[in-house]
Amino acid sequence: MFKIIEKEFLAPTVARFVIEAPFIAPKRKPGNFVMLRVGKTGERIPITLVDSDVTKGTITLIVQGIGKTTKELLTKSAGDFLSDVVGPLGNPTPILEKKTVACIGGGVGTAELFPITKALNDAGCRVYSIIGGRSKELVILENEMKRSSHTAVVTTDDGSYGRKGIVTEPLKEWLDAKTGIEAVYAIGPLPMMRAVSNLTKNYGVKTYVSLNAIMVDGTGMCGGCRVTVAGKMKFACVDGPEFDGHDVDFDEMILRNRSYAAGEKTVLDRFEHAPGECRLEKMV
Amino acid sequence: MNTMKASERMKIPRQHSIEQNAEKRSHNFEEVSLGLDEVLALTEASRCLECKDPICMEGCPVNVDIKSFVQLVNEKKFVDAVKKIRESNFLPAICGRVCPQEEQCENVCTLGKKHDPVAIGKLERFVADYEMKSGQFTIPQIETKREGKVAVVGSGPSGLTCAAELAKYGYAVTLFEALHEVGGVLRYGIPEFRLPRTILDIEVERIQALGVKIYTNFVIGRTATVDELFKEWGFSAVFLGTGAGTPHFMGIPGESLNGVYSANEFLTRVNLMKAYKFPEYDTPIRLGKNVAVIGGGNTAMDGVRTSKRLGAEKAYLVYRRSRAEMPARLEEVHHAEEEGIEFLMLTNPTKILSDGNNNVVGMECQKMELGEPDASGRRKPVPISGSEFVLEVQTVIEAVGQAPNPIIQATTPGLETSKRSTVVVGEKQQTNRPGIFAGGDLTRGGATVILAMRDGKEAAAAIHGYLLERSK
Ligand SMILES: Cc1cc2nc3c(=O)[nH]c(=O)nc-3n(C[C@H](O)[C@H](O)[C@H](O)COP(=O)(O)OP(=O)(O)OC[C@H]3O[C@@H](n4cnc5c(N)ncnc54)[C@H](O)[C@@H]3O)c2cc1C
Ligand SMILES: Cc1cc2nc3c(=O)[nH]c(=O)nc-3n(C[C@H](O)[C@H](O)[C@H](O)COP(=O)(O)OP(=O)(O)OC[C@H]3O[C@@H](n4cnc5c(N)ncnc54)[C@H](O)[C@@H]3O)c2cc1C
Ligand code: SF4
Ligand code: SF4
Ligand code: FES
Repeated sequence: MFKIIEKEFLAPTVARFVIEAPFIAPKRKPGNFVMLRVGKTGERIPITLVDSDVTKGTITLIVQGIGKTTKELLTKSAGDFLSDVVGPLGNPTPILEKKTVACIGGGVGTAELFPITKALNDAGCRVYSIIGGRSKELVILENEMKRSSHTAVVTTDDGSYGRKGIVTEPLKEWLDAKTGIEAVYAIGPLPMMRAVSNLTKNYGVKTYVSLNAIMVDGTGMCGGCRVTVAGKMKFACVDGPEFDGHDVDFDEMILRNRSYAAGEKTVLDRFEHAPGECRLEKMV
Repeated sequence: MNTMKASERMKIPRQHSIEQNAEKRSHNFEEVSLGLDEVLALTEASRCLECKDPICMEGCPVNVDIKSFVQLVNEKKFVDAVKKIRESNFLPAICGRVCPQEEQCENVCTLGKKHDPVAIGKLERFVADYEMKSGQFTIPQIETKREGKVAVVGSGPSGLTCAAELAKYGYAVTLFEALHEVGGVLRYGIPEFRLPRTILDIEVERIQALGVKIYTNFVIGRTATVDELFKEWGFSAVFLGTGAGTPHFMGIPGESLNGVYSANEFLTRVNLMKAYKFPEYDTPIRLGKNVAVIGGGNTAMDGVRTSKRLGAEKAYLVYRRSRAEMPARLEEVHHAEEEGIEFLMLTNPTKILSDGNNNVVGMECQKMELGEPDASGRRKPVPISGSEFVLEVQTVIEAVGQAPNPIIQATTPGLETSKRSTVVVGEKQQTNRPGIFAGGDLTRGGATVILAMRDGKEAAAAIHGYLLERSK
């Protein structure tokens, strides 16, 4: 059992958790993730390791509630336990040194991107960041990202905060302005990562994307997380989760991620309409 | 004592297990075979010829003293019988259920030369179940506590056995398992209708009762490396029993479609994550009206029978060779047939077809015929041109083999591996790195429960020797 030490909402549907995991904490590297199960009848889901505290033996996760498991997780508070947390899994992100790079986060992807941004900044990179959200409430970690960046801009789809528009717009301007960006790290919804990759391809700028494939074990045992990269089958959990965005078949992945839409809805409805208590209210 | 003459014994027909009705069981996950009852077991045991040279023992990879245990059954000393088995096999309730007996002990049984062999596996299961039901299991006494901590990696049959044996020698043993539950393939692969989880749970409890400490959710190579187990955790020896869990895919077009599974994923969702109890359990599974499972081994058989149980109208087993070459256990093939599985032999899938929205709507296949023997000695299937046809299925499950997971090999510098990414061991399961031992599917690249157990046991003995040598 893994104890929740702290919990704090960053946005109406996004919370930060500090969890006791003494074996995982010292091993975390930017780009790693854990697989977790909230309870004994739950699904195993992958969540990025945002941070860790080696002396306290804790890890930090930032979770957005989108379906049953993540919404159930958001109902948990400090003092509660998660039945399983395993990691760190996946390959760490290659961190360039003393280069000019761009870091682009969309939605909860910003949480996954933050440890990478910080590592790049610590490695002497000049970091241009874009924090994208659908609307003002969904912009997370703005201060943290700004602290680790040379330049950082916020974009929202509806213009409720920062620049109105999508993340590729400022990126294009930077690329056109010859800022010298040598690599791009993009994490967010698949259509966003596809758009970024399509753009950077024209400029020949190396682009790392983190693929949120559906996973079961997270250790290379099931093949459920397979993605097509440069025409080859790869397992996102052990070969990734990061890949060269220019090689990824995003269209296929988007369709694959809808595999369980019906089942996901069933369990979510069951969870939200469980008799006795209103889970939704408890969540916010 | 069995006072019957040999000729009388030979007249008794082989006794059969009580089984759940095929139609009924093809819709539930309860155990198919209920085993022998006491009367059947006594009758079956009385068939044994009590050979002077009990060759059956040689057919068993761990050399269970079959003759003696069957004699004890004859004397109605069921608990003593299982103790006898346990001298060489710590998991009789499991082996009695899943060993390919027809290729091992029963294959060489003298009685089998002219008649049906003694149902050794069924008797083994009977006494093991008897002991469980009657609660007469006693934890073996550990005589001496020894210096030295040993780490066992992976909780499949090889790891469980190695851990149990080492604990019996008196070592402090810690077992590390990547998943959230213990048992390896016994947990996530072999379905409950062949191996009820209560049996596995009891066996695991017994191993814990020997003092073995278990860490689940702990991936060696990630949470800690093998070298850290020595340097930071203070272990003096490590056994690797991480199995062969990485699934192969055929490499035909259409494998990324929604509805295509590796057997590993399909079975893991159902067995480990309990998707068959969805939505009580959260993990979903996609099952079309018709399902095709590709392969001819135990894994394929488990996949296709599971599909049927989940409600597939048609569940096909598609295999490119013929019936005779199927590596699956005979009993399972037989059970599958009874349950209405449709066998498409000498059939090779060539392409999985999409509905245009990334969903499976069919599988293109080709008929095969058997040609010249290949390197494995089996006749090689060759395609018959113009024999292509489309099987209307919405789910495709590939059970076409697997390889060891490379995480440990990649994070343990200097550890010798083969081209197939198996770990190379010499005699006594010793790898090229001192203090590191390995066995089971990790070194064999896919074998059986009993062979994995044999390796675990051999390795435990070798580790004991290694630690004694070092403490001198
Ligand atoms: C490497 C990696 C790192 C991730 N890091 C984070 C993170 O730091 N914070 C965060 O909020 N989210 C993260 N995710 C996404 C997170 O895993 C999914 O949001 C979560 O699994 C959804 O589960 P659910 O039951 O709440 O929703 P569901 O209703 O089950 O699913 C909603 C959608 O999430 C995806 N999904 C469903 N099940 C899984 C699964 N088992 N594995 C992966 N994706 C699935 C599918 O696209 C699905 O359509 C990460 C995903 C990956 C692969
Ligand atoms: C579906 C199926 C049906 C089968 N049916 C039969 C049958 O009827 N009869 C028979 O004799 N054989 C059968 N087999 C084969 C048999 O199950 C295997 O040969 C046997 O389980 C191998 O045992 P093992 O201990 O080597 O590894 P496994 O049982 O594979 O266990 C390995 C364990 O190690 C864990 N692990 C992997 N990597 C790590 C790591 N880095 N750190 C920590 N833990 C790790 C895994 O999660 C797993 O739990 C079947 C196999 C399958 C897949
Ligand atoms: S362990 Fe397997 S091979 Fe050995 S006697 Fe028992 S059933 Fe036969
Ligand atoms: S070979 Fe067969 S008949 Fe002879 S002792 Fe063994 S089980 Fe009995
Ligand atoms: S999640 Fe199972 S192989 Fe990647």
